[in-house]
Amino acid sequence: MTGFARTLRAAGVGADHERTQNLLKALGHLDVARREDVYWAGRLTLCATPDDLPRYDRCFAAYFGGRRAVRGLTRAATVTRHLAGGEGEGERGQEAVLATASPLEVLRQRDVAALSEAERAEVHRMLALLRARRERRLSRRLAPSRRGRLDQRRTVREALRKGDVARLRHRDRTTRPRKVVLLVDVSGSMAPYAETVLRFAHAMARTEPRATRVYSIGTRLTPISVELRHRDPGTALAEVSKAIPDWSGGTRLGEELRELLTRTSVRGAIVVVASDGWERGDPALLGEQMARLARQARRVIWVNPHKGHEDYQPLTGGMRAALPFIDDLVAGHSLAAFEELSERLSDARRPA
Amino acid sequence: MDIESPAKLADLLDQHAYLADEGLSTAAFLALRMGRPLFLEGEAGVGKTELAKTMALMLDAPLIRLQCYEGLDAAQALYDWDFARQLLHLKAAEAAGITDAGRLEGEIYDRRFLIARPLLRAIETDPAVLLVDEIDRADDEFEAFLLEVLSDFTISVPELGTISARTPPVVVVTSNRTREVHDALKRRCLYHWLEHPSFEREVAILLRRLPECTEALARQVASTAARLREHGLVKPPGIAETLDWTEALLTLGARDLDPGLAAVTLGAALKYREDVEKVLGSGVLGRA
Repeated sequence: MTGFARTLRAAGVGADHERTQNLLKALGHLDVARREDVYWAGRLTLCATPDDLPRYDRCFAAYFGGRRAVRGLTRAATVTRHLAGGEGEGERGQEAVLATASPLEVLRQRDVAALSEAERAEVHRMLALLRARRERRLSRRLAPSRRGRLDQRRTVREALRKGDVARLRHRDRTTRPRKVVLLVDVSGSMAPYAETVLRFAHAMARTEPRATRVYSIGTRLTPISVELRHRDPGTALAEVSKAIPDWSGGTRLGEELRELLTRTSVRGAIVVVASDGWERGDPALLGEQMARLARQARRVIWVNPHKGHEDYQPLTGGMRAALPFIDDLVAGHSLAAFEELSERLSDARRPA
Repeated sequence: MDIESPAKLADLLDQHAYLADEGLSTAAFLALRMGRPLFLEGEAGVGKTELAKTMALMLDAPLIRLQCYEGLDAAQALYDWDFARQLLHLKAAEAAGITDAGRLEGEIYDRRFLIARPLLRAIETDPAVLLVDEIDRADDEFEAFLLEVLSDFTISVPELGTISARTPPVVVVTSNRTREVHDALKRRCLYHWLEHPSFEREVAILLRRLPECTEALARQVASTAARLREHGLVKPPGIAETLDWTEALLTLGARDLDPGLAAVTLGAALKYREDVEKVLGSGVLGRA
């Protein structure tokens, strides 16, 4: 049985020691000689998500069918593309940028796609320093306060000490940062901007790790919040680039939004979609899913790098389908644009 | 009650009109035998909550339900002090001239001033079936807290001491998977993913739950429901919805599923306007 658990771990099922112990206990109550009993005992104790189930079935068939599963089952081909060659080179390049006020102001406004390596490194350094502030929402937690509802516990405690209710104590609701869900398009057409957007996502995730969810979108939806937790932006981005399997592919936004909405809840969150809207899938599906998204989310902000260009018109099929359901359409091509986006997230109620 | 095998458990559930397949009955059997919570995940309306209700009937134990929601906290899940009665007690003591603070404190922090919320009630009731419904709706802080309670079935009240269960309750935790529940909590539990029932099983469930339903109608409804589930709907109908729908059809005196009746009763199966429009436009019902 431990051998079976090891095979499962190799296939990516989190069958740890404690779970294996549970399996053994479960088998104690069942008929070990029956194949079905062994199957269910293992499935009930070793698996933890629906994604585990097909892997489990494959391993079970392989292991109890008489041969062992091949170590590290064939995974989808992963295309790894490292970003900007790591931090080291960027640091060296920085010297070339003169940190005087006016060039900096110019750099702020410039399109990142047109920057030199050194200039881009400078923009990224400033993004890392960005204090991504966040709108706050009322939480259910209560804390002592001058106003609000009666704090029964403290009032009784005091009454006990003093012999009578001398004064009513109150408590009031506290606030928590509002959740932000960021969807970063990493398809081919977004390639010049994806890294900068991801760095912005890193700044967001670093400031409010518990209230930020980041996904990359392309041909599939990949959660990357955990990878972005790393303090150092360079390391975090290297982790992210390892985690994303579909760099520079196409975009099937509609399907991915549907997946997002079935897998997680965006209720009450601010959803930021960073994409140019080059939809390969059916724009009608995208429209449908955007409608659902808009109904659940508190606010939907679309970041389109091309919006920064003077003659921009939202003409791509995906953009047109999504437009009716967007609260804010903002640019995402320069440092200034990201600063503005950050400002908007710190007070999402502000009209566009 | 002595239940010696999963098959026996399935029989007992069947007597209470709940048809469980081998996986689910094994899961429930192990949960009872190993004293572990059963973590049921699956789409809405596949019978997760219903299982807990039926287990309670079967074991002749009260069902204690904790419905989770965002912002659920300990005062609503565990216990709360009955403030009004405590103050009344203090006033009465004052009137009687009792001023010994130590004695008063002992008196007002007594079990009788404690209001038991679902988790405490489940620990104090023996036997009991505790249903923690839709855990994915609660905040993740609450999960950690629930894990603590489910690990040793004791609750400590600072003013009162520790209250522990004589026999741990049977626990069923359900999730619609709108978000991923923390692994530590799942590790404590037996994990079972509930699928929509197969066609044959769905027919069997309809006939078992609605005795006046004809086999022909059950088969038509089940096959239509199966087709609706492949239609890419916002909310595909679960077994709960097919039951409602069949009941609606029966109420209108339907003997079989004709397109006209199906269309007017569709609201029992589909709960989104987009879904209803999509299905009515596609002609799925016409072919039924």
